[in-house]
Amino acid sequence: MRLLRLFPDDTKIPFMRWRKWSFLVSGIASVLCFVVLYTHGMNTGIDFQGGTLMEIQTKSGPADLEGIRSQLNGLGLGEVQVQSFGTDDDVLIRIARQEGGDEAQAAVVTKVQAALGDSVDYRRTEMVGPRVSGELAQNGILGIISALCLIMVYVWFRFEWQYSLGAVIATLHDVVLTIGFFAVTQVEFNLSSIAAILTIVGYSLNDTVVVYDRIREMRRKYKRLNLVVLLDLAINQTLTRTTNTALTTLIALAALVIFGGEVIRSFTASMLFGVLIGTYSSIFIAAPVLIFLDPQLAGDKSTKKAEDDAEEAAEPA
Amino acid sequence: MLYFSRWKVTTILLTIFVALVVLIPNYLTSDQIKTYWPSWLPGRQVVLGLDLQGGVYLLYQVDVNDYKQKRLKALEGDIRQAMREDPRIGYTGLGIQGDVVQLKIRDADKVEEAAKRLGNLLNPLSTGALGGTAVTEFQLDQGSDGLMRLGFSETGLDKRLGTVVQQSIEVIRRRVDQMGAVEPSIQRQGSDRILVEAPGEKDPARLKNIIGRTAQMTFHLVDLNVSADEAAKGNLPPGEILLKQKEGGMPMVVDETPLMTGEDLTDAQTSFQSQTNEPVVSFRLSTSGARKFAQVTSDNVGRLFAIVLDDEIISAPRINEPITQGSGQISGNFTVETANDLAVLLRAGALPAKLSVAEERTVGPGLGADSIAAGERAALIGTVAVVIFMLASYGLFGVFANLALVVNLVLIMAIITILQATLTLPGIAGIVLTMGMAVDSNVLIYERIREEQRLGRSPVSAIDAGFRRAFGTILDANITTLIAAIVLFQMGSGPVKGFAVTHVIGIVTTMFTAITFTRLVVATWVRYRRPSVVPL
Repeated sequence: MRLLRLFPDDTKIPFMRWRKWSFLVSGIASVLCFVVLYTHGMNTGIDFQGGTLMEIQTKSGPADLEGIRSQLNGLGLGEVQVQSFGTDDDVLIRIARQEGGDEAQAAVVTKVQAALGDSVDYRRTEMVGPRVSGELAQNGILGIISALCLIMVYVWFRFEWQYSLGAVIATLHDVVLTIGFFAVTQVEFNLSSIAAILTIVGYSLNDTVVVYDRIREMRRKYKRLNLVVLLDLAINQTLTRTTNTALTTLIALAALVIFGGEVIRSFTASMLFGVLIGTYSSIFIAAPVLIFLDPQLAGDKSTKKAEDDAEEAAEPA
Repeated sequence: MLYFSRWKVTTILLTIFVALVVLIPNYLTSDQIKTYWPSWLPGRQVVLGLDLQGGVYLLYQVDVNDYKQKRLKALEGDIRQAMREDPRIGYTGLGIQGDVVQLKIRDADKVEEAAKRLGNLLNPLSTGALGGTAVTEFQLDQGSDGLMRLGFSETGLDKRLGTVVQQSIEVIRRRVDQMGAVEPSIQRQGSDRILVEAPGEKDPARLKNIIGRTAQMTFHLVDLNVSADEAAKGNLPPGEILLKQKEGGMPMVVDETPLMTGEDLTDAQTSFQSQTNEPVVSFRLSTSGARKFAQVTSDNVGRLFAIVLDDEIISAPRINEPITQGSGQISGNFTVETANDLAVLLRAGALPAKLSVAEERTVGPGLGADSIAAGERAALIGTVAVVIFMLASYGLFGVFANLALVVNLVLIMAIITILQATLTLPGIAGIVLTMGMAVDSNVLIYERIREEQRLGRSPVSAIDAGFRRAFGTILDANITTLIAAIVLFQMGSGPVKGFAVTHVIGIVTTMFTAITFTRLVVATWVRYRRPSVVPL
């Protein structure tokens, strides 16, 4: 039986030669993310903003969105969003945070239920008061930062500081682009999105560490080999592993996005995006960043020449 | 790396066997477990989260301000009482100003005596014995001109709040127990919050209504000489207040000081009035309460007394004759259910402070069932797709990897069952994601074996080197992932925590299967087939 192989053995793809482009593309993309974030903001859900979310299902026939909207607008609850959710029968209602503290907030659910009555099935109700939402946002940011710090320390102990810094730069890149994903698509950003980002952080690092591990091993073996050549070699040698693992993970995530239901779709979709970005960044960001961070090459006047040699060496034979 | 001692093989196989045994109860009904499953075997089933089985998550916040106001009001009354004692001390301007009660003593030479009396009202919460400093609830500040201010001491307030939260939890537990709800968990969270989780609860509105009520019951005499309209204009006689009546009844003017409170009740039950067959709540009073009630009712025959729950009049019956037997009935257009709920509230007692809902998440049973179905479908399809990919990429070794994948799944579910960790929808996503990422260790090992073989090593030596070299990478890669997952576990709550749990467990089992099970299978294969080439 012939086994499926996405790449032939002994690929000699000159990844490092493209580093200027990959840095440029990633840099522009990151800046764009910040721009969109600034101009459009994120569609932050009630977890971080406070407010009420209700998922209802009509008991007979498709939901009359317009009717529900006008009914709810009559309650004087401020901003009310009514949208269909997955199927024609399912409706998602979002009601903005209420003035007047926890008590006014808690009354919303009762009011909506009184207005819509028994004609619908209340599938899900979420209410987050103003105080809790602030804490949740704070915890989320704290979680991402502390995860990054801890991982930086671990990589620093297991490797050297250059690797640790490189891994964090690559991971930050992934975090920024994922946040950009939320800003551009306006997919709701909630607690599970923080979970998605942390998972992406974990995955991207996993991927980066595998590449770094190979780089470290080769540096021990070939002490005199030029760094650029070495990086290309290491990436090419781990390429099949990188893509195969990315593929199996993407397959699993795609199954979740398609079949896992509407409730966790924003969670799974953002992870799908993040795994793609994480795979890209371990090859095109994490590895080439080492060229700038490695002390052996920094300040070395032969850098330019060595690089030219490297490009020659990387040319397919 | 390819040699396994007999006891290691036994341990690996035994672990998998135990995991399988642990999983069996999940496929049995609880009745079957009781009758057929041996009691010495673990009979636990996976705990489903609120999002999968439906239920309520309620985070309550103790209303600190409301509690403070209540305490200050009580303190104000105590101060008035203390100053009235013989010899009386004259004062002016007694009142609550923000967080303090203040008053001004008229005579300068009585300031010292006043300070002494106020000192007795500071309410010591712990004595200064055993070297600790004494903590009192209030502290007294003396200003010039006989100005006295009593406010909360910081440590005192914290201590009181702790007690308030504890008492509230007890009251909630009593209420919920008597209501017969599905066993909810009630926990303190942070300094002033209470978390109630009720999986499987079908009537969240009723649960909320029962838990959130302060349920302070009081009996007041009604003053019919002042009309509600007059009172609304502000013409209230001193010591009287205007209270609204439930369901839009006429507001009434009543004495501010209650005749009795809910604390005088010893029991409350639903019953039916003999003539009208209307549901009512009948109550029984404590001995001292009965004596008080007999006294008040004989003094006020012909007057109305209002039965008030949380500042709302439920009913205001006329006192037709002295009530001396120490029991009575409350009627108020109840249905059987509302009468039941009121009886529960009265039996369980009042909350020491107002609670407000700070966060609420409710999932109906329909959505939960749909989520389980969606999760199972996604897990099945995802796993099958990964299995096919591995078969296509690695052939026979793909079969080994897939065996490891199944073992991994069994181990994850067994650990979740044993630890009684809660399985949520994101948790299922975590398992599916692990299925995708778990094959990574196999991919790492196989790619390494391929490389080693291409360098000219013999199959046995290539396999050996492949496992050995890949191991360090697997460890580093998984530990970094593990760090992120553990942080997520620490900060997460509810469904997100469920994701972190399965993710963490999945990473650990993945490492375990890669370095034990996969290796064992490959080693066994090498031993029996003596391959001349590794088919990778």
